[in-house]
This record gives sequence, C-alpha cells and structure tokens, in this order.
Amino acid sequence: MKLNKNIKEKGSIFKNWLIIIVVILFVVLPFIINAYWVDVLFFFGIYALLGLSLNIVLGEVGLFDLGHMGFMAIGAYTTAILNTTFGIPIIILLPISAITAGAFAWLVCSPIIHLRGDYLCIVTIGMGEIVRLVLINNPFGITGGPNGVFGIDFLSFGGPLIIDSSIENYFVIWIVVGLTILGLINLQRSRIGRAWNCIREDEIAAEATGIDVRSYKLLAFVLGAGLAGVAGNIYASKLMIVSPESFVFMESCLLFCIVLIGGMGSIPGVLIGAAAISLFPEFFRTFAQYRMLIFGAAMVVMMIFRPGGIWPRKRGAFKVESLLIKAGEENG
Amino acid sequence: MRIFLEQMLNGLTIGSFYALIALGYSMVYGVMKLINFAHGDLFALGSYLGFTLLVWGNAYATVTFGIWGGLIAAILIAAIGIGIAGIIIERIAYRPIYSVGRLPAVVSALGVSIFLQNIIMVIWGPRYQAYPVSVVPTLRFEIGGIHITLLQIVILILSFALLAILYYIIQKTTFGAAIRACALDRDTAALMGINIETIIFFIFFLGPALGGTAGVMVGMYYRQISFTMGWNYGLKAFTATILGGIGNIPGAMLGGLLLGIIEMLGSAYISTAYKDVFVFLILILVLIFRPRGLLGEKVAEKV
Repeated sequence: MKLNKNIKEKGSIFKNWLIIIVVILFVVLPFIINAYWVDVLFFFGIYALLGLSLNIVLGEVGLFDLGHMGFMAIGAYTTAILNTTFGIPIIILLPISAITAGAFAWLVCSPIIHLRGDYLCIVTIGMGEIVRLVLINNPFGITGGPNGVFGIDFLSFGGPLIIDSSIENYFVIWIVVGLTILGLINLQRSRIGRAWNCIREDEIAAEATGIDVRSYKLLAFVLGAGLAGVAGNIYASKLMIVSPESFVFMESCLLFCIVLIGGMGSIPGVLIGAAAISLFPEFFRTFAQYRMLIFGAAMVVMMIFRPGGIWPRKRGAFKVESLLIKAGEENG
Repeated sequence: MRIFLEQMLNGLTIGSFYALIALGYSMVYGVMKLINFAHGDLFALGSYLGFTLLVWGNAYATVTFGIWGGLIAAILIAAIGIGIAGIIIERIAYRPIYSVGRLPAVVSALGVSIFLQNIIMVIWGPRYQAYPVSVVPTLRFEIGGIHITLLQIVILILSFALLAILYYIIQKTTFGAAIRACALDRDTAALMGINIETIIFFIFFLGPALGGTAGVMVGMYYRQISFTMGWNYGLKAFTATILGGIGNIPGAMLGGLLLGIIEMLGSAYISTAYKDVFVFLILILVLIFRPRGLLGEKVAEKV
C-alpha cells in the first residue's frame, strides 16, 4: 500500500485538454448533424462498448476471443425475450442481461480456459457459432428462429422519460461508454489490471509469481461478456428487434480488428478502432459496392504501416517519486 | 445400413473438400504460425474461377477434349491461378509484417479476406451462381443398393490422389522433411541450410492451389456457389485443422475427413438443423480432453 502512494503516473496537460475537447465534441455533435449521422454515431458507440469489452479479454489478458458476438447475442436475446414475454422494463433487464452473459461466459469458459493461443481462438469461434446456430433453430420456440424477436420496448426511466429518439439513444450509449471507460481506467491501474497484464506478457512468470492465472482469465472473460451483454441490451432496445444475423462470425472478426487496429489494451485506441470500423464504410458510401473492397485493403495497408495499432498503449510509464527519501525517513 | 453407407460416402466426399482446404491452413500455420483467414476466400475465388472457365471455356475444351478434358483443364487452371494469387497475397500483405508479431498478420489476413470476398462480389455479382448442367457429368450408379454418382467417384478419387501425393511429398521426400523442419523451428531450420524462401513460396502456392481445386469440385458437386461461401468452408476447414492438430499435415487430412463424416451422420441421424452445432461441439470436447488435437504432439513448454 505504502509503495502505491509514492508512485504517480505521468500525466500531460495536452492529454487532459484533448479529453475535454473530445467530451465537448461528443455532447455538441448530435445537435449539429442530422439524424442519420446520429444513428451512425450510435453504432459507433455500440462498437466502442463491444471493443472495450473485448479489449479486457484480448487486450489486457491476451486471450484470443473470436466469438465475442456470442456474448452480445446472449445479452440481446435475454433482453428481448424477457421484455416481450414478461414485459419486464429494459432498465431492469440491463443488469440482468449483463449477469446472464457473464454467467454464460463463466459456464462455457471454465472447461476451456486452460487452452492456449490458437486453440482457445477456435474454441471461442465454435462457441459463438453454436450460440448463433441455436438461436436460428428456435429452441423451445422462444428465439423466433431466423426472424428473431421483435417488438422490444424503448428504454424508459419511468414517467415521461422514455428514450425513443436517435439523440436520446445516442446519449444513453455514450454515457454508458463513458462510465465504462472510467471504470476500465481504474481497473487497469488496480491489482487485477496489473495481474492481467502480467499474464499477457508471460503466463508462466505470472503463475510463478503467485497470480492465480485461471481465475484471472475467467474473470476477464466474465467481465468482457458482461459488458457485451450491456451492449446487447442497449442494441436490442434501440433497434426493437434482434435477429441471429446480427451476430455472425464476421462481426466477431471486426471486433477483433477494432482492438488490434486501435492498439492492444489501449482505451483511446479502442475508440479509434471502433471509429475506423463503424465510420469508414459510411464515409465511403459514394463508392457503393467498392467500399468494403477499400475497407479490406485499408486494413492491410494499416497493418503494414502501423502494426502496433493507431494509438498503442504506452508501457507502464510510472514515475517513482521520492521513494528513497520516504524509505530513509522511515528508517531514520 | 444402406442409409448409413450412403451417408458415409457423402461424408467422405465433403470431408475430402474440408481436408483439401485444411491442408492450406495447416501448412501455412506450421511454417508461418499464421492463421491465414484469407484461405477460405481463396477457395471461393477458385470456385468462381472454375465457374468462369467452365462456362466460357466450355466450347473450346469440351469440343476438343470432351467433357472430362474440360473439367480437368478448368481444375488445373483454377488451381494454378489461385496458387499464384496465394503467392501475391503473401508478398503484399504478409511479408512486410512477419517480423512485427503474429497479431498484426491476423488483422492483415482478415483484411485480405474482406477484400477477396468483395472483389468476387464486384466481378461476379452478389447473386448465387450455378455451375451449368452441361459441363458436369450426371451419370448415376447403383452398387448393392447404394446410390452413387459418377461425379462423386471422380471427386473422391481425385481428392484422395491429391491427399496421397501430398502425404508422400511431406512425409517421404527431402523437401517434405525441410517443410516439417520449418514447422518445428524455423530459425534452426534456416541455420541447417534450408532455404526458407523456397519453403514459403511452395507453401503459399500449394495451399491455395489445393483450396482452389476444392473450390472447383465443390462447385461441381453442389452446382451452386456464392461469394460468401469462403467463410463457411474456411471456418469448417480451420476447425478440421485444429481437430487434427494444427501444423500437422496428416492431422489436417484426418480432421477434414472426420469432420465431413460427423456432419453427414449427425444430419442424417440426429437433426439436419443442428449439424454444424455437432461439428463445433465435438471440436470443443476433443480440445477439452486433448488440447493439442488428435494427432498433434505434446510440445513441452519452454520457459
């Protein structure tokens, strides 16, 4: 404990200003642009939240997870089914979706967590695909098959406060993203975050140091899945419909790219990656059918010129402040 | 019993497609430690290339060499074309980033995959394409009550011949030994005087060429191809690779054939709708109890 107090993270004024400008921009922007672009920014927010959730698993702990959309699907379908059949309000379903997705992750990841690298990768792909295929096949008649579940309510805080316009949805998702970022920044600096990074850098060394690798890996999966469940809840209430084709393998791959394009484990990087994935195809709409072609080529070019991502995370730049003097004082 | 044998035969046919595609994943992974996500789309490109060759080249090849000449010519040209595409992709998209680490190469591979998928869509259009009936033999036999088409026999013979040739090259020749050495440890192999460049060239030609062959055969077998089918087959073939033990070439063949048989028997006896679920469930079960895959060797962890 004592050591922590003496360590101060390097902060720069430039970075603080940048954060303030970005926040102001996000508050003002929806009032300037038209409804279409507000919706685009809403999906940017969804991708940002999903990117942040995958970043816990892939960026912080270095576990290859290519089935992350499966967790979002669990969250979205939990919201959709409980809301349409039992009429439970969306706001109550928000934590329920998160818990369900987290519990699902705990259940399916417990037996496979010992797998390494590419083997874990293919198992998560398999898991995501199983979730999607089961949803398509309409088990017990509750998921609505390929058509999905529709008629989901808007988010409502009781009384007149119903989130039913694009701008309101935009603020909901970005407030959630903002809170998540604050939480994750704290998590990164905490004991858990340091343990995660230690596992990412060298699993065997981490285990030798006394870190419970298995539990920490599971914790990352459960937290990541829970956040994806939250994203699923917001997504379901905005679109009012969930269907299996929103959760295809391709989307999981895009999430993977968000984390890697931005920079592994870097929160601003994830935001940039999510912007690249969600806004890029929109800006290139004039190219119509060539836009995804350009998108694929851009991913390759991007990786050739900036393989570490656009905004890679700095390696723990801690400044030890007057540690020696303090220690000396205690001794003397 | 009759249904069982017929399903086994169908399973073997599909399994041989998976095995041919899986070889590409496995060889590239073995030497480069890279999951080549673009491989599935190269397979789809092969299918479309074969389609064009069969439709346009129909007049020339079929008239001069007959229907078989046309088919063989299409398969050969598609295989060589896709092989060259594989080499070009390696040069442009993978070579500059090998040194940086594994993950950027994965993103690059996904980028190539999206690029290829869309280039197919731009050239051939987003709709399903159908292989013309006139270029595919439709003869059917009945042996002991089991229905089998001539095409199925040809596909089985051709793909098993390819698998056997590749098995021979990899396991028995000096060149194969060099490839296996690279898969074990690339740096040491280079120090032993193995020309890594040649190996990479060979791997990135042969893998996609086999995938392209499988593409044309899938087109002939199902007669319907779409620009997104690369993802589906690629995912299955990749699953097969892992099932057999990634980087292990006989393992990829075994995994592919097993996967095809599991899929077919599962859809015949349990449920058609859940056939892909069985595939992934069995994969997960195998990996829980045998994390290195069926034929993968246990590698000691280096500290």
